[in-house]
Amino acid sequence: MKDPIIQLKGLTKCYGPQRAVDNLNLDIHKGEIFGLLGPNGAGKTTTILMMLGLTDPTEGSAFVCGHNATSSPIAVKRKVGYMPDSLGFYDNMTALENLIYIARLNGLAENEIMTRTSEMMDIVGLSSAMNKKTSTFSRGMKQRLGLAEVLIKQPDVIILDEPTLGIDPSGVREFLTLIKRLSKEQGLTVLLSSHHLHHVQQVCDRVGIFVKGKLLAQGNIDTLSGNLFSKEGYVISIKLAHSIPQPWSLEQELKEWEHIKQITVNENTVEFECEQNITPALVRFFVEKRHDILGVHQKDYGLDDIYQKYFEDIN
Amino acid sequence: MKSQTLSLKGLIQKDIKTNKATKKSKESSPFSVMLHKEMADHVRSWRFIVLIGLIILTFVASMYVSLGNIRSAMSNIKDPDHAFLYLKLLTITDNSTPPFHVFLSFLGPLLGISMGFDAINAEQNSGTLTRLMAQPIYRDNILLAKFVSALIMVGALFLILAMLMIGGGLMLTGVRMEPQELLRILGFTVISIIYVGFWLSLSIVLSIKFRQAATSALTAVGIWLFFTVFYQIIINLVIRSFLPDPAFLSQDQILSYNELILNLLRIAPNQLYTDASTTMLMPSVRSLGPMTMEQMAGAIPAPLPFRESLMIVWPQVSGMIGATVACFALSYYLFMRREIRS
Repeated sequence: MKDPIIQLKGLTKCYGPQRAVDNLNLDIHKGEIFGLLGPNGAGKTTTILMMLGLTDPTEGSAFVCGHNATSSPIAVKRKVGYMPDSLGFYDNMTALENLIYIARLNGLAENEIMTRTSEMMDIVGLSSAMNKKTSTFSRGMKQRLGLAEVLIKQPDVIILDEPTLGIDPSGVREFLTLIKRLSKEQGLTVLLSSHHLHHVQQVCDRVGIFVKGKLLAQGNIDTLSGNLFSKEGYVISIKLAHSIPQPWSLEQELKEWEHIKQITVNENTVEFECEQNITPALVRFFVEKRHDILGVHQKDYGLDDIYQKYFEDIN
Repeated sequence: MKSQTLSLKGLIQKDIKTNKATKKSKESSPFSVMLHKEMADHVRSWRFIVLIGLIILTFVASMYVSLGNIRSAMSNIKDPDHAFLYLKLLTITDNSTPPFHVFLSFLGPLLGISMGFDAINAEQNSGTLTRLMAQPIYRDNILLAKFVSALIMVGALFLILAMLMIGGGLMLTGVRMEPQELLRILGFTVISIIYVGFWLSLSIVLSIKFRQAATSALTAVGIWLFFTVFYQIIINLVIRSFLPDPAFLSQDQILSYNELILNLLRIAPNQLYTDASTTMLMPSVRSLGPMTMEQMAGAIPAPLPFRESLMIVWPQVSGMIGATVACFALSYYLFMRREIRS
C-alpha cells in the first residue's frame, strides 16, 4: 500500500493537566472516507486543528500530504480544504463575494475566478441565492457555501468538522451523497468528524472511535462489530407459521448441536445464539422437520451498538 | 447540490491546474487581496463615516476660527512666525475652540482605537477567522493587512484635509506659499499618521488579547483616558512627594528635576505628539525642554529652518515609531502561535 496521505504519530495535546488528545496514531490513505466518531469534547476538533497547524501539538507530529503540519502549515493548507463546525461568513458581503475572496486568497487566476465560482455555486445548488448577503442565509445554505469554498481550491484532502450539524435530514442525505460522489470521482480523501453515527455509517469507508482523547478502535464497520461482538457470536431468529408448543420436542435435539449456545422460544419465533454462522443448516433442519418458515433474521450490529458498547467500557 | 447531474469532472481537471501554474506570476498576492478587502470594509463601514464626519467637523470649526483671526495674527510683528500664513491657519485660535493640532491629539487616538479594537476578535467571534486561517496565507499577513489598511485610510484622510486647507487658503487669501510651509504641513501630517498608527497597533494588540470587542474597546479607551487625563496628575503627585524645597536647590538641580519631570511626561504618547506637532507648526520653537540663560543669550527670536525643527522633534517621532513597533511586535507574539478556534 502507498504512503498514507494523513499520518499522525503520537499526537498529544495538553491543556494544563488535561490531555485533550492522548498519543494518537492514525493513518489515512488516499481516496478514503474516514469518519472520526466521538462524543462532544472527545478531542476531534483539536486533532483537526493540529492537522492544519492551527494549534501546536504538545508532543508528536502530524503529516498531511507529506508536509509537517506544525512546521509548514502553508504547504498543508494549499492541499487541504477545511470546513469548521461553526461556519461564519462576512455578513456584509454576498455569497459570491465571499467565495471570490477565498478563491483569490488561494491564488486562482483572475480570469477564471468568475467561471469557477459560478460553477461551484451550481454544484452546491446555490446559484439562485449567490447574490444575496450571507447574513440572510440559513444554516443549510451556509453549509453548502462552506463546501463550495472548500472545493474551489481544488484540494487533495477535505476535512469536515461536524458537517451535518444543524441540517435537516434530507439536506444531510444530499450533502453526504455529494461528498461521497466527489470523493469517488476525484479521488479525494475525506476526513469527517461527527457524533452522529448514522451519517458516518452512510458514507465512511472506515471509522475511528475516539473517546476522551484516545482512539479506541478503527476499521470498517464490519471489522469493528466483529471485534466487539465475536464473544457474543451470532444471533439468528427464525419465525415459524405456527406457534411452538411448550415443552418443545425438537429443543433437546438442537441443543446437542455443537455451535448453539442458547435457544429461546417465544410463541412462534426461536432465537439461537451461536458461535458460528449456521443459518443455512438451521433452515434446512426446520424444513426437513416439516415446519413452515415465515422469516429468518440474522441480527447484525450497527454503529449504534458499537458506539454504545465502547461507551459502556469507558464509563 | 440539487443539480447532481452536473459533471464535476470537468471542473477539477489537470488542465486547470497547469493553467493555474502558468498564471502564477500575474495573480495578486494574498496580502494585497486582504488589503483590498479590509479597505473596502472600512470604506463601507458606518463607523468610519462617523469618524470622518467628526474629524471634518473639527477641521472646519478650527479653520473657521483661525480664518476669522488671521488678519490680526499676520499683523502681529512681535510674533516671529507671523509671516507663515498657512501654519498660522492651523495654529491660531481665539480660545473659543482649541487649534486643530490640539484637537487632533484628542481625536487621533479615538480614530485609531475605533478602527482597530475589533480587528481580530470580531472575526474570531463570527467564525470567519478559522476559515481565513485555513487558507494558505501567513498569519502575520492578516495582522499586517488590518494595520496597513486602516493606516492607508487615515493617511488618505489627513492628506486630503491638509491639501484642502492649503487649497482653501490659497483661494481665500491669494498669498503665496513658502516651500518650507508645505514641508512643515506635510511633516505635521506624517507625525499625525504615526500617532494614529500607535493607537491603532495598541488597539489591535488588545483585540487579540480580549475575546470580546467591547472589552478591548473599553480597555483601549481606558488607556487613552489615563494618558490624556490622569497621567500628568499622577506624575505631579509623585514628583511632589519627593521633590525637595526648590528654595534649597541650585539652579542646575532645579533644571535636572525639570528635565526629569518632562521626560517622565514624555512617556505619554499624546505628550510626544503635542511636542512634535507644535514644533512642526511653530517655526520659532527652539527647544522642547527648559533652557538656561546662557543658551538663550544672543539668540534672535526668529523662525528656525525646517531641517532644524525636524532635528528637534526627531526623538519624539522615533519614540512614537518605537512605541508603534513595540505594540505591533507584541501583537505578532500573541497571535503567531495561538490556537485559532471559534
